[in-house]
Amino acid sequence: MTATTGAPKAGRNTGRDARRSALHAFLIAMCLLWLMPLFWAVYTSLRPRAETDRLGYLSFPETLNLDNYVTAWNQSEMARYFLNTLVIVVPAVLLVLFLASMMAFTVSRYSWRFNLWFLLLFTAANLLPPQVIITPLYRIFLKVWLPEDVLVPGFPSDTGLLYGQYLGIVLIHVAFQLGFCTFVLSNYMKTIPRELNEAAVVDGASVWKTYRSVVMPLTRPALAALATLQVTWVYNDFFWALVLMAGKGSKMPITSALNNLRGQFFTDYNLLGAGAVLVAIPTLVVFFALQKQFISGLTLGSTKG
Amino acid sequence: MTTSRARRHPLVRIATATVAVVVGVPALIAVGWVLLVLLIVPPVEVVTVAAIAFSALVVVGVTWLVIRSNRTAALTRRDKLTLGLMAGIPTVILTVFVLVPMVVSFTLSLTSWNGIGGLDRIQFIGLKNYTDLHSVYKPFYPGLIHNLTWLLFFIFIATPLGMFFAVLLDKGIRGTRIYQSALYMPVVLSLAIVGFIWQLIYAPEQGLLNNLLGTNEQGNLIDWLGNPDLNLWAILVAASWRHVGYVMVLYLAGLKSVDPTLKEAAAIDGANERQTFFRVVFPVLKPINIVVIVITVIESLRAFDLAYVTNKGLNGLELLSTMVTNNIIGETSRIGFGSAIAVVLLLLAVVPIIIYLSRSLREDAA
Repeated sequence: MTATTGAPKAGRNTGRDARRSALHAFLIAMCLLWLMPLFWAVYTSLRPRAETDRLGYLSFPETLNLDNYVTAWNQSEMARYFLNTLVIVVPAVLLVLFLASMMAFTVSRYSWRFNLWFLLLFTAANLLPPQVIITPLYRIFLKVWLPEDVLVPGFPSDTGLLYGQYLGIVLIHVAFQLGFCTFVLSNYMKTIPRELNEAAVVDGASVWKTYRSVVMPLTRPALAALATLQVTWVYNDFFWALVLMAGKGSKMPITSALNNLRGQFFTDYNLLGAGAVLVAIPTLVVFFALQKQFISGLTLGSTKG
Repeated sequence: MTTSRARRHPLVRIATATVAVVVGVPALIAVGWVLLVLLIVPPVEVVTVAAIAFSALVVVGVTWLVIRSNRTAALTRRDKLTLGLMAGIPTVILTVFVLVPMVVSFTLSLTSWNGIGGLDRIQFIGLKNYTDLHSVYKPFYPGLIHNLTWLLFFIFIATPLGMFFAVLLDKGIRGTRIYQSALYMPVVLSLAIVGFIWQLIYAPEQGLLNNLLGTNEQGNLIDWLGNPDLNLWAILVAASWRHVGYVMVLYLAGLKSVDPTLKEAAAIDGANERQTFFRVVFPVLKPINIVVIVITVIESLRAFDLAYVTNKGLNGLELLSTMVTNNIIGETSRIGFGSAIAVVLLLLAVVPIIIYLSRSLREDAA
């Protein structure tokens, strides 16, 4: 909703124009400063190591190529880690939106004993630092029996436990993001007129039918915004897989795996840049393609409705 | 319900709260102990079955709450059951993976255990972990101060900067969309990636910053990430790079919801732009200010990824979160001690959580 039409032509005066120009200059400078770190990573990653060793990093390029990207991709089996991320992100986001929408539906569209307390409990849980629960969680993951990783049938379970497997990481993401999604969705569902529920009841619709065919279709904008946000957040998570898959690196998602890969990239900053940019690309695609959804997801959590 | 509580005598309320704490805390520890025993003593298969039984119990409990509530009396039996399951299943996931670990953390923080062996290896040592934190464990106070520094840096520098950008962009000048995109781009990146990107800037010999300053030769090197007096500030700049955009987006949404006639009225009354903002707009933004402050506090307590990818949170970058992690994974796992740090983190997080919840409660009542 940003106005791009500019100031009205009438009533312009030079003092105001000068102020506008100063504002533009300031904002342009700030934006360049803000883009600099990413630009620098891309620039460094496009230059061969030999050249930067000879000319120094702060120099004009002689050659720019994608060699570092090819090396980073091949040397660290990145394809596998990206695939791991895909196996974790898709079910996690679908499941958390499904469960949170049901919870939000029951607390915001119906009134029952303690329903507001449940909403508060979910909201509180979403604000906890993950480290508060990690120790017992780690023990739970070591004590739940899981002979096969159900998310990828036939994929052998190397531990026989919830620990180190896709399903475990999916479940903790679902549990930890449930609070935020429930909070946002229940705020959104509150804005849908209650009369629609009553109309559905008069038509003889069951609770499930009301959820499926009346409330959910109207919640679609919030679901789209949340899905965008959740894909980014789950993709970006570093901590859960670091602890709950430690030592079982083969199923690690890309963001957590990058920390292990750093050993291979160590001191080769051109390669490190390429690796960082490669991992950032999916979220940057989300940023360019779904910026509006992402922003509305963030702001839905902070403003009512 | 809330109105009747507000009318109670303050002394009665204090007495009720005291009784709740005196009874509640030991009960919580006892529940945590039972859960811990259940988690440690039986073999894996038995624990799994017990966990499934526990989950079923939670679903039944929530369903019972829904069915017995007189406010759902108009619904059919089948509808009540559906509603109970729809609330029960998400509650189970939250209980098993978040609430149960939280309670067990409390109990573990009163014990000494290295994570190996059964119940006989777990010793109940009262508050000794906490007194050790205070008097023996050297990184504790530096870590606490680093978290506090993080919070103050965010509150006094990053958050106001984000708000300032939002105010500038709210003027609706040409190119606002492009400016906004550039400033908020880092928000989509993970903090781990932010850490890697900024390493290219802070590296001693190859980094951009030292090359620009001419301090990249042996002898005059500035080791931004290695020097324990500098590295916290270095990663705070990197963290702010992301936080500023986040705050800006929240304030932009808030500013759009401010009634434009308020500003016009202030302008007619002869207020300049600064006065208009601080006297008229800022007070109207109170709900968003609370959200932003809560987010800022929570983000400061959650700070982990940047410190961990830089140097595992050692040598100047100790934080409560990295201390928990370093005490529970790694060769010398000190489960009880790590849990005590986790409980400190929890107690610090409870304050902003309560502020946030009481605000949502008040809004619901309104």
